Amino acid sequence: MASHPAILFQLGASHHTASLAVREKLALDDARASALATRVGQIAEVSEFALVNTCNRVELYGVASSPAAFPALHAALSAVTGCTTAELDSAVILRQNHAAIGHLFAVAAGLDSQILGETEILGQLKQAYDTALAHHWTGPVLNRVFQKTFQAAKHIRTNTGIGAGQISIATVAVDLAGRIFGELAQIKILVVGAGDIGLKTVQAFQSRGATAITVASRTLAKAEEAAAHAGGWALSLADLPAAIAEADIIASSTSSADFILTRELIEAGIKRRPARPLFLIDLALPRDVDPATAELANVFLYNLDDLAEIAAENLAQREAEVAKCQAILADRTAALWPQVAHSLNAPHAS
Amino acid sequence: MASLLTDRALLWLGALLYLAGFLVGLIGLTRRHSPAGLRTMLNILLIGGWGFQWLGLYQRGLAGRGCPLGNTFEIVQFVAWSAMLVYFFVGSTFRGSLLGLFTAGYAATLALVSLLIPQWDLVRGQKLLGNNPWIEVHAALAVFSYGVFGLLTLTSLMQLLQNWSLKNKRLNGLFWFLPSVVQLEQINYRLVLLGVTLLSISLSVGAAWWVRNIESVHLPKLMVTMGVWLAYLIVLLLRWRGRLVSVRFAWVCLILFGLALLSLGPVNADRHGYQPVVLTPR
Repeated sequence: MASHPAILFQLGASHHTASLAVREKLALDDARASALATRVGQIAEVSEFALVNTCNRVELYGVASSPAAFPALHAALSAVTGCTTAELDSAVILRQNHAAIGHLFAVAAGLDSQILGETEILGQLKQAYDTALAHHWTGPVLNRVFQKTFQAAKHIRTNTGIGAGQISIATVAVDLAGRIFGELAQIKILVVGAGDIGLKTVQAFQSRGATAITVASRTLAKAEEAAAHAGGWALSLADLPAAIAEADIIASSTSSADFILTRELIEAGIKRRPARPLFLIDLALPRDVDPATAELANVFLYNLDDLAEIAAENLAQREAEVAKCQAILADRTAALWPQVAHSLNAPHAS
Repeated sequence: MASLLTDRALLWLGALLYLAGFLVGLIGLTRRHSPAGLRTMLNILLIGGWGFQWLGLYQRGLAGRGCPLGNTFEIVQFVAWSAMLVYFFVGSTFRGSLLGLFTAGYAATLALVSLLIPQWDLVRGQKLLGNNPWIEVHAALAVFSYGVFGLLTLTSLMQLLQNWSLKNKRLNGLFWFLPSVVQLEQINYRLVLLGVTLLSISLSVGAAWWVRNIESVHLPKLMVTMGVWLAYLIVLLLRWRGRLVSVRFAWVCLILFGLALLSLGPVNADRHGYQPVVLTPR
């Protein structure tokens, strides 16, 4: 009787297949991830595996000697996550061989991510692979597949625009600041208003190295609270004129019905630092910054609509790259599959 | 084979490599994420072009036994060569390859135009610099400073483009490759400082010899040269004091270089010891 070739599989759920409620159940903390790995390791038909566990996906990649492994994998998932069979049946997708490789390539390249083209997933995949390698869960098949995956993802990043441009309001603002100031580490940021959107924008700047943050609010107590949260200094709106002269970036998000940053106020501020540009980010509705400030030399004003429009343009550009990425990955999958198929037929794979 | 590599042939090679570099840079611009090898290719072409241009100018220098600044053709070639040399030093600080593209286009234009106008190379001053190495230093530094001011013109143009793109929210295409406003502001300041320093040294050296023989330089050349130097010095001082910054600074640099280029005519026509000889038309 001829032996059955082993199967390369991907089994799991992501934001594409599972509702938020199911994803909440499927989300694994370290202990449950470890428990799942232990259970999978005990399935006799599974010879290699790696577990990818992020906020939006739980996926098992592995090599199985027979299809009998798949019900056992379902059972392991159900036991660890508490999901019912019906929930798993609707959320969990099984891909085999060529399709599993294609899916892994797409995930690594950010094509399968909720935020198209994001790069964080590649780091998470590398971490998942490192963990599997350290625990000897992988073997020759998965090692080869993952190495080729990382190469493919790097190729996609370098040769396509899938990751180009920012697609959230905060990161678009950070990107624009980069075009104005280059390095952001020495930039002084003034946040006017203690609103959530202003502070989220500050976080995006901090992630790019900005440290000098000042928060101004109508009441000093609110400013101090927000400044403590952002790790900066606080001042009241009365001190705004002096603070404007010092700031490189002003992000404003108050609920004021009138302009907080008038043309006169900004003009007076920039006269004291004529060679340095000023980036005004108006995150408020109704607007906080007088549109006439945009006419001032060396002043760059962007409001919510401007930032949203840029984000939408960038997303459209990323989407336009998807077909190109898919074609590249299809070629690479086709090139890799015969090698993997050969390994799967080898005795060690089963 | 050696006879084929005449000075003009080498200068043609240099100009064509600059042009090729410019075209490669343009291809890169059509893609937001151009292959990494494209920038390397651009740099290789520019270095190759600069090397051939150097060899061509060197041959002419050997033939003329002095700096190859004997006529408009040589001066224009030297300005292009100087701008490229300065680019090699400052270009690496810029994001992307846009300054390389601009410099390639600028150098290719200067080099090709000078090669395509035979009248610029029909006559050449024989030992025009009077066998005096100090006067040669004076001339070379002056022309080199024009190369620096040429590059300043390119970075000023880039600053105007970047400012326009940010003000008008047109951020893609060509604008995606532009350096930041602050980087451009800083590099412009450094370039005007470098150019004024070189021109000041050049004029100081020239002045040291001029006071020994006041009639050796005629008034038009003196006026024009001092005028260019003074204008750039004023720009530098205003920039230093923060009175001339950003877009206004960039516009002034653009206009000033246009005027400086026009000044090359009177300066070239009024040389110390100018004894034209007719060269064989090629």
